[in-house]
Amino acid sequence: MPKLPAPPLPKALQPRPKRPGEPSDAGALNPVEAGITVVDWLDERTALSPGLRWLMWRKVPRGINWAYTLGSATLFAFLNQAVTGVFLAMYYRPDAAGGAYESIRNINDNVFLGQFVHGMHKWGASVMIILIFLHMGRVFFYGAYKYPRELTWVIGVVLLILTLAMGFTGYLLPFDQRSYWATVVGVNINAGGPFIGPFLSDFLLGGADFNATTLSRFYSIHMLVIPGAMAALIGAHLYLVTKLGITAPPWLKPHADQDGDHAVAEARV
Amino acid sequence: MPDRHKPPKSKYTLDRNIPGAFEGETVTRRTFMNIGANGVGAVAAAAFTLPALGFAIAPIFKRQTWTWQAIGKPSDFPKNSYETKVINITPGVGEAGNSIAYVRARDPKIDTEPEDQYNQFVALSSRCMHLGCPVRYVPAAERFICPCHGGVYDFRGMVAGGPPVRPLDRFYTRVNNGLVEIGPRYSVNNELHRFAPRFPGEPLDGIGQFLYPAQFDTAGKP
Repeated sequence: MPKLPAPPLPKALQPRPKRPGEPSDAGALNPVEAGITVVDWLDERTALSPGLRWLMWRKVPRGINWAYTLGSATLFAFLNQAVTGVFLAMYYRPDAAGGAYESIRNINDNVFLGQFVHGMHKWGASVMIILIFLHMGRVFFYGAYKYPRELTWVIGVVLLILTLAMGFTGYLLPFDQRSYWATVVGVNINAGGPFIGPFLSDFLLGGADFNATTLSRFYSIHMLVIPGAMAALIGAHLYLVTKLGITAPPWLKPHADQDGDHAVAEARV
Repeated sequence: MPDRHKPPKSKYTLDRNIPGAFEGETVTRRTFMNIGANGVGAVAAAAFTLPALGFAIAPIFKRQTWTWQAIGKPSDFPKNSYETKVINITPGVGEAGNSIAYVRARDPKIDTEPEDQYNQFVALSSRCMHLGCPVRYVPAAERFICPCHGGVYDFRGMVAGGPPVRPLDRFYTRVNNGLVEIGPRYSVNNELHRFAPRFPGEPLDGIGQFLYPAQFDTAGKP
C-alpha cells in the first residue's frame, strides 16, 4: 500500500539538530517506539495521527482573510443547534392536544437554564441561516465553486436546503398560534406545486388535514431524519475541503517568485 | 464495440486460469458468491427499508369515513346571516382539530347552484383559499375577510378580492331527525361545481382541476 507523504511540520515542532558536544541519545528509551504514552498506545492501534495531521496541518494560500472562517462559523452554529436540541428533547413532548405547548412553557418557566438553552436553540437557528448564506456568498464571489470544487458546492447547496427544512420543521414545535398558522400556510404553499404538491403536503401532514400525527412527524423529521443527513453531508463537505484545499482570493495574481509564499498554517477554514 | 484483435474469451474457466473452477462452468463460484452476498444484503436492507417507507407514506392513501355532526335545529339558521359553528374535523388533537363552519339556510334567490338534499343549508369552511388562514365573517359588510394576506369573499363565499384562487370550501349538510347535520368538506370552483377537497391555493377552474389531483385521503360522494 502506498504511503501518504508526510505533510511538513511547522517549524516549532520540527526536531532540532543536536548541538556539538551533546550526548547522543542512541540506545536511550525511545518513547515512540516503546509506546509508553496514551497517545502512542492509541496511535499504534488506530494509526490516526497521519489522518489528523492531514486534516489539521495543511497549506492555505496567501491572502486569506476573515471571510474564510464563515464555513467554520456555520459548522459551530450547527453544533450549537445539535447540542442544545438534544437537551431540549429531554423536556419536550410532541403532543398536539396541549402537551407540546405546556412542555415548552415548562422549559421556559421552571427548568434551570431552560429559557437560556431554548433561546440558544431558537436564536441559533437564525444565526445559522445567516451564516450559511454569508458562507455561500463568500464562496460565490470568490469563485471558489469552480473546478475542481463543484461537488463541494453541490453538497453545500443540499446542506443549505436541509438547513431551511430544519427551520421549517422546527418552527411548528413550540405549538403556539404563530407556529400552528405558519405551518398551515407553509404546507399550503407546498401544495401549490402542480401534480406533486398535494401529495407532498399529504406526506408532511400525515393526512389531508393537520392531525394527531402531524406534530410528531415534524418532530421526527426535525430531530432525526434531517440532522442525520446533515451530519453525513457535513463530513463529506469537510473531506472535500481538506482533500482539495482552499482557493486563494481572486484578486491575488500568481507570479514567478513563489518561494516562501506559501505559509503553513493551522487554520481550519 | 468489440475488439477484433483479441481472441474471444473461452467459456471454459480452465482456459481463464480460475483455480478450482469446474470444466464448462459459465458462472464461476466467485461470481456466484458475489451476486449471492450482495443480493442477500439487498434483501436484508429492503426488508426494513420498504416497510418503514410504506409506514411513513401510508397516510397519503388513507380514506376517511363519512361522519355527520349535529349543529342545531333548522330554525336556528336564518337566510340572511351566518351562524358560527365550531365543528371537529380531526379527532384526537384537542383544539387544533377544531374548525369553524359558517352556516345559513339556503336562499333560492341568491343560491343559483342546483339544489339537492346536501345543500338545504349552506355551510362554508373558514379556511381561506389563499394559504389556509381562518377567515372571519363581518356581518356589517356581509363579507368574509382573511387576516393574513387580505383575501375577501362575498356573502356566498365567492372571491371578491385579494389573492384567493377559488371560493371558500363548503361542507355537505343534511337534515336528520329534525337536526341539521354537517358532513365532510368539499371544494368548489368559481361555478360552484363540487370537487373532492383540495388544499388551499389550488385553482379548480380550467386547467387547475387537472394540475392539482384530488387527495387520496378524501371521501367519495355519499
